[in-house]
Amino acid sequence: MNIHEFQAKEIFRQHGIPVPPGEVATTAEQAEKIAAKLGTKVVVKAQVHAGGRGKAGGVKLAATPAEAKEAASKILGMQIKGLTVARVLVTPAEEIEHEAYVGAIVDRASGTVVLMASPEGGIDIEEVAAKTPELIFKEHVDPRYGLLPHQASRLAHKLYPGDPGRARQAADIIRKLYASMVDAGASLIEINPLITTPSGELQAIDAKVNIDDNELSRREEIAALRDIESEAPAEVEARSKGLTYIKLEGNVGCCVNGAGLAMATMDLVKHYGGEPANFLDIGGSSSPEKVVTALRIIMADPAVKSILFNIFGGITRCDDVANGIVEASKGIELKVPITIRLTGTNEQQAVRILEGAGFSAMTDMDEAVRKAVELAGN
Amino acid sequence: MAIFADSSTRVVVQGITGRDGSFHSAQMLEYGTKIAAGVTPGKGGQKFDGKVPIFDTVEEAVRKEGATASVIYVPAAFAASAICEAADSGVKLIVCITEGIPVLDMLRTTRYVADQGARLIGPNCPGMISPGQAKLGIIPGQIVEPGPIGVVSRSGTLTYEVVWALTREGFGQSSCIGIGGDPVIGTNFIDCLDAFEQDPQTEAIVLIGEIGGADEQNAARHIREHLSKPVVGFVAGRTAPPGRRMGHAGAIISGSQGTAAEKIATFRDNGVEVAERPVDVPAIVSKELNV
Repeated sequence: MNIHEFQAKEIFRQHGIPVPPGEVATTAEQAEKIAAKLGTKVVVKAQVHAGGRGKAGGVKLAATPAEAKEAASKILGMQIKGLTVARVLVTPAEEIEHEAYVGAIVDRASGTVVLMASPEGGIDIEEVAAKTPELIFKEHVDPRYGLLPHQASRLAHKLYPGDPGRARQAADIIRKLYASMVDAGASLIEINPLITTPSGELQAIDAKVNIDDNELSRREEIAALRDIESEAPAEVEARSKGLTYIKLEGNVGCCVNGAGLAMATMDLVKHYGGEPANFLDIGGSSSPEKVVTALRIIMADPAVKSILFNIFGGITRCDDVANGIVEASKGIELKVPITIRLTGTNEQQAVRILEGAGFSAMTDMDEAVRKAVELAGN
Repeated sequence: MAIFADSSTRVVVQGITGRDGSFHSAQMLEYGTKIAAGVTPGKGGQKFDGKVPIFDTVEEAVRKEGATASVIYVPAAFAASAICEAADSGVKLIVCITEGIPVLDMLRTTRYVADQGARLIGPNCPGMISPGQAKLGIIPGQIVEPGPIGVVSRSGTLTYEVVWALTREGFGQSSCIGIGGDPVIGTNFIDCLDAFEQDPQTEAIVLIGEIGGADEQNAARHIREHLSKPVVGFVAGRTAPPGRRMGHAGAIISGSQGTAAEKIATFRDNGVEVAERPVDVPAIVSKELNV
């Protein structure tokens, strides 16, 4: 789960990481008031789950409250990578002497959290890694002991060599950043940039935190940070019913059991000249109700011209899926053709149920995908 | 022969009285798996299916029934602890089916299991099956046959699809291992490749990967350097968009890292043939084995 910059900064603040003051506005008038209260030159920043906000025009400087109002009126309602900006953060425009990067991620290969720091801040860290990998310093955190103080100190001294004052501040921030990660259940946490002000103080002026979805059930206060309005409604509905749905650009709607098979099915659609309209995993033990929901979500996408069911019955019973399809077809008008492939557990009963309701079913995956692509007019 | 588990493996099922645990324990018994015991804290002294003794702790299951492997079906909130309990009790093979364990917990858990000298398969996986010998997990028994092909995969139903295609074409399996769809897992591709390389029954290996991480790329280089047996690859997710989690917690392209194209190219650069479609796997296996 992504959270917004202002929410991430609040987590930082709670852990004692120096963050500039600032408030969130949903109207231009509110932005003006916040700027007046801050009494200084401000930055108005779009709060959306997308990178590259600055390049898209979603971050603007404002010298006066009136300018802040104008900036906010331009940014609010703007589309950034398909997302509508509903909120802006109004925060003092800091004077910047230097920009660094400090972050932590779960490193899959080593099975550790890796803390990273670079004196090349303010740009995408992937870019730094590609161009000047020698400017990224790393510390692996042994999960048995957590971050040890000397590791934070070592990283800080590499970041600010010959500058013990800033290194001391940075070591403190790095320790608090790691604590924030653990407390919030984050899989990624970044300060980019970590700036040095003219008086030599370090401040986190941007913040990125990705929460591990598996943490949400035990962290109510973090789960409450989810911004449902910033997500596609169909994806929200799917999640609430225990399905995983991701909308794509094509016209062949896909309904599959299992994530790996769902991806392989999308790939096959493409292989046979079509484009998948979505990823949809109905999960392991799928009840007829889940199938009804899945079908409704796919049908609600106006781009869909043909629907493909691909079910490999193991735990999932093919007859459950067949009952779901029949039930759904009673409640909603089927405007597009449906191609059904199922094989495995209770395959024979499923075929009988479907044929009894006027559907036909096949057992070969490639044959079914080809047909679904053809029916979509590709 | 087979890898990791065979007809001599004595299994303890953690969470045997739960909805999933009881259903799959019955299926495992039906397949012929030796289930020595079950564990559900608070239900010690009862019996599962009228015959399998249930204990409160894994330690008792090991001491009294000689369990050597564990299969875990407990809910996500208790699963990391269940894995550690199994490792601490001297179980040498731990298969965790449960999905939804936080990744920060898994960092500690995988380290703990390794420190106890145990092997973890999963979590968030279908488990493993050594056809004709033992089933530890949820892979349907009716789609496998004993034979010379080792199968290792990050997915569940996609594995069934490929295994079923192999079986239909007359290629039985030595063992099929689902290593799991999470970002941090116990046993990885390389561990399984090395085990299949050592297993006299295995003549060829099928590796099914997907987007996210670099486990496939590392496996590709390892195959060229260390494996003598042929390996056939498949990678799911060519059409997956970047930055989206495709069902599995670990199936995500981060920035430009972990794409299917990158993985397929790395396999091919290292001499591993990659199937375009799942249905193409048996033909490539056949070619590699000259049969």
